[in-house]
Amino acid sequence: MDLSRAQFALTTLFHFLFVPLTLGLGPWVAIFETMRYRTGDERYGRLSRFFGSLLLINFAIGVASGIIQEFQFGMNWAVFSRFVGDIFGAPLAMEGLFAFFLESTFLGLWVFGRGRLPRAVHLASIWLFVLGTWLSAYFILAANSFMQNPVGFTLDPVSGDAVLTSLGEVFFQPLTVWAWLHTIGGGIIAATVFVFGVSAYHLKRGNHVDLMRKTFRSAIIVGVLAGGFQFVVGDILGVIMVDKQPMKMAAAEAVWETTGPCASLGIIAIPDMAARDNSFEVGIPCLLSIVATNSLDGEVVGMNQLQAQYEEQYGPGNYTPSVWIAFYSFRAMMGFGLIASAWMVVAWWLTRRGRMPKSRWFWGISIWMIAMPWLGNLFGWIFTENGRQPWVVYGLLKTEDAVSDISVGLVATSLVAFVVLYTIVGLVEFVIMRRYAIRGPQDVSEPMPGEPPPVPAESSRGWTS
Amino acid sequence: MDVVTLAYVFFFVIAFVWSVFLFLEGFDFGVGMLTRLVGRNDAERGVILRAIGPNWDANEVWLLTGGILIFAAFPPWYAASFPSAYIPLLLLVFCLIVRALAIEYRSKRPTHRWMNTWDWLTFATGLLLPLLVGVFWAGMVHGIPINAEGRFVGDSLWSHINVYSVLGGLALVSYCIAHGSVFLRRKLDVDWQARLTPWALRSGAVTVVLMTIFSVWTVLAYSADGVGIAVAAVVVLAFAAALITDRQGRTLTAFWFNGIGICAFMAQIFVALFPNVLPSTISDGYTLTIESAAASSTSLNILAITALIGIPGVIAYQSWSFWVFRGRLRPSELAQSAYK
Repeated sequence: MDLSRAQFALTTLFHFLFVPLTLGLGPWVAIFETMRYRTGDERYGRLSRFFGSLLLINFAIGVASGIIQEFQFGMNWAVFSRFVGDIFGAPLAMEGLFAFFLESTFLGLWVFGRGRLPRAVHLASIWLFVLGTWLSAYFILAANSFMQNPVGFTLDPVSGDAVLTSLGEVFFQPLTVWAWLHTIGGGIIAATVFVFGVSAYHLKRGNHVDLMRKTFRSAIIVGVLAGGFQFVVGDILGVIMVDKQPMKMAAAEAVWETTGPCASLGIIAIPDMAARDNSFEVGIPCLLSIVATNSLDGEVVGMNQLQAQYEEQYGPGNYTPSVWIAFYSFRAMMGFGLIASAWMVVAWWLTRRGRMPKSRWFWGISIWMIAMPWLGNLFGWIFTENGRQPWVVYGLLKTEDAVSDISVGLVATSLVAFVVLYTIVGLVEFVIMRRYAIRGPQDVSEPMPGEPPPVPAESSRGWTS
Repeated sequence: MDVVTLAYVFFFVIAFVWSVFLFLEGFDFGVGMLTRLVGRNDAERGVILRAIGPNWDANEVWLLTGGILIFAAFPPWYAASFPSAYIPLLLLVFCLIVRALAIEYRSKRPTHRWMNTWDWLTFATGLLLPLLVGVFWAGMVHGIPINAEGRFVGDSLWSHINVYSVLGGLALVSYCIAHGSVFLRRKLDVDWQARLTPWALRSGAVTVVLMTIFSVWTVLAYSADGVGIAVAAVVVLAFAAALITDRQGRTLTAFWFNGIGICAFMAQIFVALFPNVLPSTISDGYTLTIESAAASSTSLNILAITALIGIPGVIAYQSWSFWVFRGRLRPSELAQSAYK
């Protein structure tokens, strides 16, 4: 079971290395394309091709690593698949039919269709691609939210498996909606800081200054706004989780005993899982009540009280997730996000009214900022998936009961194979991505690497008019 | 609609989706193999790969959809067959990852070593993928050890692998080469025909032979009834017709005959399964049937609406996309031989 779990964690986190950039970079490229379409200014064309080629490199691996999830449910988690099959069927089938086909078909049309499609249709292709990626995120988060907070189902009296009663509830429960906004926000931040960092790289060296200054400054504005958006959405999502998954949020704050009003928010804590208490903690008074309940005198139920309640409800067992992981992954998620946002504010001030800092440090740090949202996104997923434990479907199915009857040796072998494959694939992707990012925007007359050069107007006019 | 009717409808829909997958990705896999079989250098291999550039990724989504629909419409079928096919499916997933990178990244560095390595991987995955798909489906027809609770209880290494399933896989590999070379004959210009034709005819002949053996075996062992024999006859005749028309140079007709053949091949598998979805090799009583493995009525109704809107919609815009990229590759497109 631990091996299957490690494998799932590895493959899912690996997949999510690429998802945020696809979600967020799509709109950037689409906006450059739109500006080019509207103004006819080929500088936008250079930008859309430049970031478009980075998007393609990233997307290829995002799709490939995503396919694994679809197969892995069945291969390693047979009991889980049977249990949720009736619920997951609809969102996953919709993801395939409404989202995956959309994104892959229209990406192909965008990349190869430049000479063959009318300009407006070519522009629409990239927007339909973005729509596909965003829809895909929604469908899969609807499924994930069911695991966090099952709604719209009954249990089959014979098999004990979940049976769908209301798709509306599964799709539109607040958790799904806010988790989607939070994921999209995370994607936009990741891509925006990526644009920011890549621009910083070129500005540091004085390459493509006119273009890169534009993208650098736009990224700051988008980044700060998206950071604020993410903060608000995250807070709302947190309040929903306090209600739906109190154990997860209590673990996030390392709250063992139910607090009184004006509860303090831990900054550092050393949780002691055996004694079920913190051996050390430092906190800010009252802040927890504010963030968890949006009021000063709100109380937060402690893990010990919840544990007692769950034992009564579900029988004996340990219902507390790893508090270490929950507490620190939660802080890491927010911390890395805040660092990126704060640095963008600094960068905004230092580059105001055409200023160009000379400091190598400034540009160096700006480049390294690219890593921050990635870490934030990964820790966000570690937090939310760890916080659900020991459940795979909250309150209904435990992770330990959900696995397939397959041999340990087989899973161990496949895990090792995944580690090897992903290490190689990750390195290859990084090297190529870096190479293309460093190369910078190319002349418009030069086709995107490997892309067909623009076809002379008369040969395409035949059927476009 | 009532749940039983819907279950039968989805049994058909799943067969349809897998047929479309093999029809579309069939030539993509074949083109992948032909990059090495026909292409003599990096530039030529780039040209060959360029032929499937705009569409291969969307074609692959049919495979994903085929898998998802089994999960969605028949959760117990998915939950029993996927662990039992652990090894073939794991390899399949690895191949899909490697192949996506091989096609997308081959031209990201203009060195021979780089391109050559990726092209070998495109060849290898193009060969393994149809083989694994064949093993997966033919292995299913053969049956796997599942117990009374519908759980797979066998040895995941070997339960899907036997002479019959490997034969099915090899028949698919051969079909992919034949289908891919017919596709390339329509995509590439006259200079290529002389080199493509021998591959098209040789692989076409091998396909007819392997498909005939597989179909006869299927009829004798799993579907010795009127429908089974009729579908098997369509498989053999369609591939034979594809070979004959290809020899006459009627490549478009040959292309569609290959399409009919592969749909009949998939139909043959589903006819052999019917009315079961997954036969148990332990006891007939444990066999999963269409009715016993179906999802709930609510879920199937939603799926039906999804499929009713989604599948025709996808076919419509995907066909349009093929139409946009129709005809032979333009010289201007070929001048830039390296794939994206």
